[in-house]
Amino acid sequence: MKKYTFTEKKDTRSGFGAGMQVLGQQNPNVVALCADLVGSLKLDAFIKENPERFFQCGISEANMIGLSAGLTIGGKIPFATTFANFATGRVYDQIRQSVAYSGKNVKICASHAGLTLGEDGATHQILEDIGMMKMLPGMTVINPCDYNQTKAATIAIADYEGPVYLRFGRPVIPIFTDPDQKFEIGKAWMVNEGTDVSIFATGHLVWEAIQAGEQLEAEGISAEIINIHTIKPLDEEAILKSVAKTGCVVTAEEHNRLGGLGDSVAQVLVKKHLAPQEYVAVDDSFGESGTPAQLMEKYGLSAKDIVAAAKRAIERKK
Amino acid sequence: MEIDQLEKIASQVRRDIVRMVHGCQSGHPGGSLGCTDLLVALYFHQMTLNEQDEEAVFDMDGAGEDLFFLSNGHISPVWYSVLARKGYFPVSEMATFRKLDSRLQGHPTTHEGLPGIRIASGSLGQGMSVALGAALAKRLNDDDHKVYCLMGDGEQQEGQVWEAATFAPHHKVDNLIAFIDLNGQQIDGPTVKVMDNRDLRAKYEAFGWEVMDIEQGNDMAAVVKGLAEAKGKSGHGKPVMVLLHTGMGYGVDFMMGSHKWHGVAPNDEQLAAALDQLEESLGDY
Repeated sequence: MKKYTFTEKKDTRSGFGAGMQVLGQQNPNVVALCADLVGSLKLDAFIKENPERFFQCGISEANMIGLSAGLTIGGKIPFATTFANFATGRVYDQIRQSVAYSGKNVKICASHAGLTLGEDGATHQILEDIGMMKMLPGMTVINPCDYNQTKAATIAIADYEGPVYLRFGRPVIPIFTDPDQKFEIGKAWMVNEGTDVSIFATGHLVWEAIQAGEQLEAEGISAEIINIHTIKPLDEEAILKSVAKTGCVVTAEEHNRLGGLGDSVAQVLVKKHLAPQEYVAVDDSFGESGTPAQLMEKYGLSAKDIVAAAKRAIERKK
Repeated sequence: MEIDQLEKIASQVRRDIVRMVHGCQSGHPGGSLGCTDLLVALYFHQMTLNEQDEEAVFDMDGAGEDLFFLSNGHISPVWYSVLARKGYFPVSEMATFRKLDSRLQGHPTTHEGLPGIRIASGSLGQGMSVALGAALAKRLNDDDHKVYCLMGDGEQQEGQVWEAATFAPHHKVDNLIAFIDLNGQQIDGPTVKVMDNRDLRAKYEAFGWEVMDIEQGNDMAAVVKGLAEAKGKSGHGKPVMVLLHTGMGYGVDFMMGSHKWHGVAPNDEQLAAALDQLEESLGDY
C-alpha cells in the first residue's frame, strides 16, 4: 500500500477560496457571485483584490443563477457560490433552464455539501445534489477530495467551456494530494494499485478509503483505490480496467446511495463488466445534527464501513 | 423608421403569429398579438443591432449592440416572426414552428442554435435575472448599449422576479429597461381574480425603480414615443420599468380582451376570419 502522509489539515472550501484568488489574478473574465455567504465560501481574498468582479446577491439564490447565465453573454465566466443545498435543490429549475438547457458557461460552486457540515442538521445537509446535477444533460459534476485538489479543480474549470457543478465541504481534513497537481476533468486518479477489490471513492471519502486500504492490507487484502473526483463525465476506462483486475467493487461517497457515484459506477458494470458492488453511502435518509465525525460514524461512511464493504464484495466473488 | 412602415410590419407579424399557431394547432396567440407593437418598435426602430446590409447578424455575446430578452417565453410566435422578418433566419422557417426537428421550439431556446435567441425561457420568472446579468457584463465591458427585457403580468406572481427587482436598484443597473405586458389576463382567468398583483407601479417604485407607463401599448406611435422616453430615463442610476398596457389578442377582434385565447389555436375558419383583418404587407412565409 502506497504511503500517504499529511502535515496539515484544511477544509476543501478553503481550497476553493485559494483557487479563486489565483483565478482573480490570472483570468480577467472570471467573476464571482455569492448569496450572503462570503465568509463561508472563503471569497474574501478574491473580493478584496477584485471588488468590481464580485456581485453580492443577498439571500436570493434563484436570481444569482439567472444573473450568472446572463453574465456569460458578454464573455464572463461566472462562479456562483453558496451552500450546496441552496446551490442545487433550491434552484434546480433555474439551473435546468437558464444554465444547462441554455448551455451557459456557469460554474456552480457549492460548499457545505453532505453530512459533514455537522451541527446545522438536515435542512442544510444535502445528500441528493450529485444525483440532481448529473441528471442534467451537459453538466459536469466534480467532487474533489482535499484542499489541494479543490484548489486545482477550481482553477481548471475556468478553462473548460460549459456548465460545471463543483462540490466541496466544511470540515478540516488531511491534505494528502500534490500541491502542484494538474487537475484533469474526467480523469480518475489512481491512489493505490491493488488486486483484490476496487474502491472507487469521491470527496471526503477518499481519505477514508486510504485508511481502509491500510487496514485491509494488514489483513492481507490488496485494495485498489481510485479517486473519482469527476462523477460526470465518468472515467469508464479507469473503472473497467480496475474491475477487470480485481473482479469486485466498493463505491464510497458522502451522498444518498440513490443517484450518486455508486449508481453511475453500477451502470458501467451492468452494461460492460458484471461484478459484485457494495455501496458505502447514506441509506436513503436525511441527516441530522452532530459533529462531522459522529455523523460519518452513525451514517456508515467511515473507514471501517469501507473495510466491511470490501470484505462483502470479495466474498460475493466466490 | 416611420410609424406607418412599422404598422405595416406589425400587421404582417400578426399574420405570421396566427398562421404559425394554426399551422401546428398549438401555441399562444393572445399575448403574442398584444406584444406585437412593442417587439416591432424595438427591433425595427429602437434597438441598435449588429447588421449587415440591413439584415441582422447574430452574435451570442452581443458586444456593441442592444440586447432583448423574452422572459415570458410562451409568446414565442411574435418573437420568432420579428426575428425572421429582421433577417436573423429565413421567414420560411416559421412553417416549422413547434414541429419535430425545428429550431423554433414551443418556447425559445438556444439549444437548437436559432439566431437571435440568447437564453431559454418558458419556465417563468427567470428572464429578468438573466437580463440583469447581461447588463452587468455590458457594464464590465464598458459597453454602453441597453438591455431590454419583457415579462408578463401573470409572471409577476413568481418570487424570483422580486429577487431580481431587489437586486437591480441596489446595484444601480441603469442600463436595463424592463417591460411588463399588462394585459390583465392569465391562463386561469383575469389576473385580478387569479392572483391580484395590485399596484405594480407602487411596488416597483418602492423597490427603487424608475417606473413609467405606456398607456396605449397597441398604438405604434405611442409605443415608439414611450420607448424613446424610457431610453431617456435610463443611465441615471436606476433601472427602468415600463408598464405596457396592451390588449391580449390585439388585432384580431374575436381574440381580443379574453384569456380564452391565451394558449388556443384557431381552426381553419377562424384563421380565415383573422387573416381578413390583417394586411399582408410583406408577403406571407
